[in-house]
Amino acid sequence: MEDHKANNTNRNPDKEKKLGRRDVIKGLATIPVLGAFIYSWYKKQKFDRLLKKAIQEEISLDAVNPVINPVVTNKKQIRLGIIGCGGRGRDLLKAAGFVHPETIDSWKEGALTNKTDKRYHDYLEQEDINVVVNGICDIFDINAEKGMIACANKSKEDSGGNIGVRPRRYRTYKELLAANDIDAVIIATPDHWHGTMTIEAARAGRHVYCEKPMTWTVLETYEVVKAVKENNIVFQLGHQNRQNESYFKAKEAINKNILGNINLIEVTTNRNSPTGAWVYPIPEEAGQYNIDWEQFIGPAPPHKFSLERFFRWRCWWDYSTGLSGDLFTHEYDAMNQILGLGIPHSAVSSGGIYYFKDGRTVPDVLNTVFEYPDRDFSLVYSASLASDKKRGRVIMGHDAYMEVGRDLKIYVDKGSTKYKEKLEEGIIDPSLPLYSFTPGMKQVDAITSPTEQYFAGRGLLYTYRGGKRVDTTHLHIKEWLDSIRCGTQPSCNIDRGFEEAITAHIGTIAYRENRKVFWDVDKQEIV
Amino acid sequence: MNKNNYSSFQLFWLIALRVLIGWHFLYEGIAKLSNPNWSGVGYLLDSEGFLKEFYLNLASNPVLLKTVDFLNIWGLIAIGLGLILGVFSRITVIAGIILLALYYFSHPPFIGLKYSLQMEGSYLIVNKVLIELIALAVLFVFPTGNKIGLDRIIFSHGKS
Repeated sequence: MEDHKANNTNRNPDKEKKLGRRDVIKGLATIPVLGAFIYSWYKKQKFDRLLKKAIQEEISLDAVNPVINPVVTNKKQIRLGIIGCGGRGRDLLKAAGFVHPETIDSWKEGALTNKTDKRYHDYLEQEDINVVVNGICDIFDINAEKGMIACANKSKEDSGGNIGVRPRRYRTYKELLAANDIDAVIIATPDHWHGTMTIEAARAGRHVYCEKPMTWTVLETYEVVKAVKENNIVFQLGHQNRQNESYFKAKEAINKNILGNINLIEVTTNRNSPTGAWVYPIPEEAGQYNIDWEQFIGPAPPHKFSLERFFRWRCWWDYSTGLSGDLFTHEYDAMNQILGLGIPHSAVSSGGIYYFKDGRTVPDVLNTVFEYPDRDFSLVYSASLASDKKRGRVIMGHDAYMEVGRDLKIYVDKGSTKYKEKLEEGIIDPSLPLYSFTPGMKQVDAITSPTEQYFAGRGLLYTYRGGKRVDTTHLHIKEWLDSIRCGTQPSCNIDRGFEEAITAHIGTIAYRENRKVFWDVDKQEIV
Repeated sequence: MNKNNYSSFQLFWLIALRVLIGWHFLYEGIAKLSNPNWSGVGYLLDSEGFLKEFYLNLASNPVLLKTVDFLNIWGLIAIGLGLILGVFSRITVIAGIILLALYYFSHPPFIGLKYSLQMEGSYLIVNKVLIELIALAVLFVFPTGNKIGLDRIIFSHGKS
């Protein structure tokens, strides 16, 4: 017992020596730093919340992804036909779920060498929209062959896989439209055929998905509207931008009058490569023996066989609608979606063939100003096919301006009346976005991190639906099919198509006739 | 563990260095944690240099990416707390050096390498990440947790 006691008394002074008051104080000496950290962090959070609240009070715009298209049952299989299996035609087939095995080979190879190449992955993830392609028509044998193989590849196989039954190839679109195993057609031909084919398809009772622009001439525009409405078909114009989530948010912001009085809208096109200027490669195998030249010409002025004209048709007014029809229509439709523009009151255009002096008749530089006096704004379109300077799409208001692309950013204007107080108080910084929305990201961010801002700005963060990256063209075709199944109207219907076509024609006429062109609302005529 | 005897001046500056680096780590972690949309994917995809493939692999696999994001956030927080409080100093400092080395080799400022992410200064081979890494190496050689820090309490047992 005594021994035990002695042991205890021996240990105690030792322990005290090891962990004395001094040790405890020195051991805990840096804890106040942690306290200071927590306090600073609390202050910072409070400051950020206050800023965000002040901004949200002002704009009352959340960043919840908009609900765009309701999920529709795809039980009923729709039987498609496709007219035109060139580059864009094959893109549309991909969007519908049909890809040539060799293309799948190249995607697989791409994914092996580049981890960020998600084309194959995204394609496998793409929703099955329950369609079958029963007929194809292309007047160039090689494209027809490629299209048939793609349509037969229902199980998404590469070159080694089993390909199913090929759809029937029709030599003329009229034969395809007469086939009784086709419910709906996709038209992806040169511009000079869009109107004629849509009219005939509608008369044959086939639903139509037509690539932009809707028409090549003013007159046929009225005919297309008449045929589509009289025959009660579902018509969708190929402006897939209609599916972009950020455009829905942009529209919401406009409806909430965040920008104040909108007075100027600027839309642009900048490209700088032969392909961008429509100088596409001509396949070596192509010749008069495998191209139906007579059918190509169709409603266009007669011309002797020309490979250049066949493959680079966008360079000639004879088949094309130039910059106004081919590229401005994308910009216009985006703005029509966001602002409900309708047809402008008037327009002036100027430009020329300044770089690609290759015998083309359409300009490679074009500037058109459309006036909307009822809305108190102008819409400026400015395009160059020989400069890659990115200019974007901007809606300018007295209080703020909006940049809209794959993502959306709203900046307050320094001279704003509405935000004057908050600008003076330093709550709003005009050099930072007041609001930014990136599809797929939930947060409203007035104070986004530089990384996020950078990637969003460069469009490196993609458009998502339900967390999955998706092809907007796929969504646009799906919307058309859903409308057919439910008997509803798709987003880019015939009325939007009429506005698109007439506006593009006004711009073209202003350029070609070098005069101010007006739209007579009462007569519904271009004057 | 350590037989270094520092003057109080030396000790003060070593602890200041440790605590400030800890503060930086902790806030980097907390800032990421409090942003529900934060992910390292953009940073990883922007990688260059001889380890580029490794970082791209991390970014392209969703499960790996989630793990990397989780480890990054909680690693930063744990290292930050460890440095401020002077707890498990050796392992904390080693973990910090490894994490900084991973950042450094993802975006090494070597000649000819270009990044989408803008850097806030001008760097040639040496950048702030590398300097912070070396500062941690200094703290490894001159430990202070057992003098001012919780390690003094934890590891005092059994010390004569």
